[in-house]
Amino acid sequence: MGEQEPEVDGRRIAAEARDRVRFEEEALALADQVYRVARRLVGTREEAEDLVQDTYGRAFRSWRSYTPGTNLRAWLLRILTNLNLDRGRKVQRTPDMQPIEEGDYYLANKMAESQGEQVLDQEHVVEKLSQDSIVTALASLPHDFRDTVVLVDIGEFSYADAAEILDVPIGTVMSRLHRGRRLLKQKLVEEAIS
Amino acid sequence: MSHGPCDACEELLQGYLDRELTEAEVTQAESHLDGCDYCRRRYRFEESLRTYVQTTAVERMPVGLMEKLTQLRSEGA
Repeated sequence: MGEQEPEVDGRRIAAEARDRVRFEEEALALADQVYRVARRLVGTREEAEDLVQDTYGRAFRSWRSYTPGTNLRAWLLRILTNLNLDRGRKVQRTPDMQPIEEGDYYLANKMAESQGEQVLDQEHVVEKLSQDSIVTALASLPHDFRDTVVLVDIGEFSYADAAEILDVPIGTVMSRLHRGRRLLKQKLVEEAIS
Repeated sequence: MSHGPCDACEELLQGYLDRELTEAEVTQAESHLDGCDYCRRRYRFEESLRTYVQTTAVERMPVGLMEKLTQLRSEGA
């Protein structure tokens, strides 16, 4: 019996090494997608690169806590958003205390008001907005709103995944998303109607 | 100012585009959209805005980052 143990151990170690390699490869295959989200969560490209590197460093060390078959991208983003919080991002007044925004149709209504209802039928109407203005508007959202909008609109996560990543109830995701998008549209109005 | 049924439709807009509504809510939104140019234009506008924000705000991973990440991997091994 005792003689079999080294062989059993060896098999276990080999299996674990295979699992680890597979984990690392799957995680690396998601790097571009993780970076895209990271880039919009922080102010500069350098910060985003650092954040992604720290995320992968931690992920590779704690790979055993990932459950195979679950959403690896969400798992990585959860590490990333936690690290981003740990980085001493300034604590903001809770965004829920901010004054109420305009409605969901606000941007469309303003454009229709200034250029006539038919403007909304134009296929490329949104292209009036520059890339710069969109990036700036996103960056100017309160952190909690921005995190949620970026995860759902850039990262294409479901409400449920975003809730898990940010460790908040799904209702909070919905309200932050809703209000974040409204604020975003308010910030874009000036350019849209100029 | 209230638009009557349009208020309810505006209320459903985000969840509709996110495909997070219940079947009953989808039916409610779509039956309103069928008969309402005002809301249909705005849904379509919002949908293209969503796609546009997504494509313009995306920045690809810088060259060289993948190599740094791969190094983290072999360091830990």
